Amino acid sequence: MKEAGATPASDVVVPVDVKQHIVEFVSDSGEGAQTVGQIFGAVSAKMGNGAWTVEIIPAEVEPPRRSRAGASGNRIRIGRSEIRNAGDAADLVVAFNEQVLYSRIDVGALREGTIILLESKWATDPRQSVRQEFAAALEDFEQRKYQVYQLPLEAETLKLISDPRRGKNMWALGVVCAIYGRDIEKIRGELAKKFARKGEALIESNMALVRAGHSWAEENLPLRFQVISEPREKPMIVVNGNQAVALGAMAAGIEVCSMYPITPATSVSHYLAAALPRVGGFVHQAEDEISAIGFAIGCSYAGKTPMTVTSGPGMALKTEFLALAVMAEVPLVIVNVQRGGPSTGLPTRVEQGDLLSALFGEPGDAPKIVMAPSTHEECFDFMVTARKLAETFRTPVIVLTDANFATGQQPIPRPVVTEDWLAPPFDQSDWVDGVAPYDWDPVTGLSARPIPGQLGGKYVLTGLAHDEQSHVAYESETNQRGMEARSKKLATLQRSLKPPTVHGEQEGELLVVGWGSTRGAIEEAVDRLREEGHKVSSVFLRFLSPMEPGLRQIFARFRKVMTVEINYSDDLEAAHTNEDSRRYAQLAWLLRAQTLVDVDCWSRVPGIPLAPGVIERELRHRLELYAQTER
Amino acid sequence: MYGLKQDWALEPRLRHFVIEDYQGLTARWCPGCGDHSVLGAVQRLCRDLQLAPEKTVVVSGIGCSSRFPHYMNTYGFHGLHGRAMPVACGVRARRPDLNIFTVTGDGDCCAIGTAHWIHAVRYNMKMTVLLLDNNIYGLTKMQTSPTTGRGQFSNTHPGGAPLSPLNPLSVMLGITNCSFVAQTVDWNPGHLMATLRKAFDHDGFAFVRIRQRCPHYMPKVWDELIKDPSKLLLLQHPEGIPTDDAVERVLSNRVEHDPTDYLRAHELAARDDVVPVGLIYKNPNAERYDLYAQKGLEMSPEERVAAINRELDRFTV
Repeated sequence: MKEAGATPASDVVVPVDVKQHIVEFVSDSGEGAQTVGQIFGAVSAKMGNGAWTVEIIPAEVEPPRRSRAGASGNRIRIGRSEIRNAGDAADLVVAFNEQVLYSRIDVGALREGTIILLESKWATDPRQSVRQEFAAALEDFEQRKYQVYQLPLEAETLKLISDPRRGKNMWALGVVCAIYGRDIEKIRGELAKKFARKGEALIESNMALVRAGHSWAEENLPLRFQVISEPREKPMIVVNGNQAVALGAMAAGIEVCSMYPITPATSVSHYLAAALPRVGGFVHQAEDEISAIGFAIGCSYAGKTPMTVTSGPGMALKTEFLALAVMAEVPLVIVNVQRGGPSTGLPTRVEQGDLLSALFGEPGDAPKIVMAPSTHEECFDFMVTARKLAETFRTPVIVLTDANFATGQQPIPRPVVTEDWLAPPFDQSDWVDGVAPYDWDPVTGLSARPIPGQLGGKYVLTGLAHDEQSHVAYESETNQRGMEARSKKLATLQRSLKPPTVHGEQEGELLVVGWGSTRGAIEEAVDRLREEGHKVSSVFLRFLSPMEPGLRQIFARFRKVMTVEINYSDDLEAAHTNEDSRRYAQLAWLLRAQTLVDVDCWSRVPGIPLAPGVIERELRHRLELYAQTER
Repeated sequence: MYGLKQDWALEPRLRHFVIEDYQGLTARWCPGCGDHSVLGAVQRLCRDLQLAPEKTVVVSGIGCSSRFPHYMNTYGFHGLHGRAMPVACGVRARRPDLNIFTVTGDGDCCAIGTAHWIHAVRYNMKMTVLLLDNNIYGLTKMQTSPTTGRGQFSNTHPGGAPLSPLNPLSVMLGITNCSFVAQTVDWNPGHLMATLRKAFDHDGFAFVRIRQRCPHYMPKVWDELIKDPSKLLLLQHPEGIPTDDAVERVLSNRVEHDPTDYLRAHELAARDDVVPVGLIYKNPNAERYDLYAQKGLEMSPEERVAAINRELDRFTV
């Protein structure tokens, strides 16, 4: 164990140059580790580093103090260039007590050699049990080969303010900023944003704590790391995936967000609730998930541009209305921020378990567009695309993101919003008399839709089988024709899509296929293996319905194709299954059906994002396995 | 033009609507079904008020009465069972210019759609809501509905309905922000028309429960009421539903009722010895959610782009 203060102030510590580093702040809930983590990430991004920050969230609002389950905080991965996932084990962790640290150890967030900056006050706590726990932990950390430095977090904070729970996070932030050479004056800007309403005095008192932590570390800690940053050419925004979705929605001209609160989707509507009124819209908090989509469908039918946002259990409740939107061809953007399922599952945790239900969740055949952004930039862009596709193809569009995107913050280039994106959702000219409300084009299945107020366009929308006039029709031939028209729209869209781009060599031993938020981690794992000379490439699908074209041709260039996903599948080597009974991961299931290629899969449901190292290890194993079995 | 009296110079209406302009497909309800008379009354109301058909939307759920939009020649939305109200509220949210009628039945509104009903009342968005209450599920062939009387035979309760019926009027009055509750019957066209007119003019969620005959499944229930008009209690008040001689001649059982008297409204709504008809309750001061929802409609695209850019500024580093 290192004694803080052991290094004389006069020693100049030479910074260690690193390409990337992973920092965590963990505390009891309510001690502000999340806040300072976000500020550290934003400041790093501002200085030109690549960054990815992800929240560490306890399941309860205010769990008991000093409990493993109660850890709250932030992981920040910074790097010289763009960072696209949360990475593997942490390099440095600031912990406000040793118990919350255990929750991180339990999920494998630490490794041998991880630096721990640990609050020291527990050694002298009045409670004997606490002193014992602390001593035992220190011993344990020694055995685990962590490098522990004790911080007089509360003691130093008390020199400046009376309630340390309201300030030690800022002091800790100052310490970490000293270690990484962050410009602490940039913190001021972040604090000003955060405390804008609370006034200058609060900003100043927080800055005083940051400066105090900074000077303490400079005098007492022999730790310096340098992550060289490259100056940004374009302006950047720092957003999490939910904020990117919300900003994208506004830029897409969406004026109503009709929602019901559900984790982890709510933060989309939290931000929109504040922001939409400023851009001329509003958030409707409905009485339930069903009403939320019904209201949105009503808005869309009336010629407005709504969206709804939910997560798995909410999606399940929305299926009846979703099927109506498909049947009656009502444009609507539906965002599903996926969480762990089934049922209430893991509300705050990541999973990619709603792919098949997005495609097939409704009774009968309900073809619709399903897209999955794979980067924060796409979280923004796809909202604009989704609205356009919904209106052009007169259909609901499901945008699948997940809890990993929801809380992961990243700097992305600032989008340039154009007025075209805000155009009204239908042709403003008069309805041409005699044109049917479902004048299905025989080739594309597309038709224009009349809007209430348009003379001559009057029709009665119905969820019953209907003909071109929207008249209820039970005739066999009409039903077949209607089904076909709706299906044609997907084929039409598919013809306009480009084949996906392969990451890495265009041919080789193994192709990894993924979708959604796993992209950064999968590509990093693939790159590590490629550096070692393995012939591994990856490809990401952004359109899941319709499927992107050219997949069979791409797959044919690789000896083996597999998906990596965060949903449940039976392991390749699981004892309880065999070739006949094995249940595949959801994208693998789709790809097998669509391409007739023997696509394998590896998927896990850990409730946390897949780290690149975990994927790398599995891919390595698969490479060996395939080499044994197929040569 | 010189020499013409001023009122001769009024521009003639560019369009004049006759009853046929509101008639859609031929109604296929059973002969004698009360829905026919409600449909006729709504069409007459539209004609009397000269509502532009393309500016009028009829939203419904699923059930016999929910086929209503198909028989109107306006815009219509024949949606899901129990879910007319979220759709109607969504239509209203950003379209203050439309005339909205929501048609629902006792199963649609008071069973599967109860949550939406309660909250739609609270939202109090301007629309005319017609509960066509025939005390039975008709489309699915005679199952007990929440308003079916106790002891009534049905296919789901062959031994008679085990519970007393839910009272939609009392439910309405129990909901915060309730602004307009009226009751009428389909077989008194004068009172029906006057009630619809009053409801249409109301600035808010105007709920009219229409006791509606189902001669096919429930002939007895309705025969008694029709044959004995004294079972109807006519509510009268200058603020209430206006009544004429024709109505008063039939409905001799009458009482004064101030529709702003909330406690008396509760008493009347709960009576099961008579069917009170007229305006039971009205609160002109209820909050209107549609006014909240319409904010920002006037923003121009340029203003919106500028505002969105200000949002992006907040995240810019």
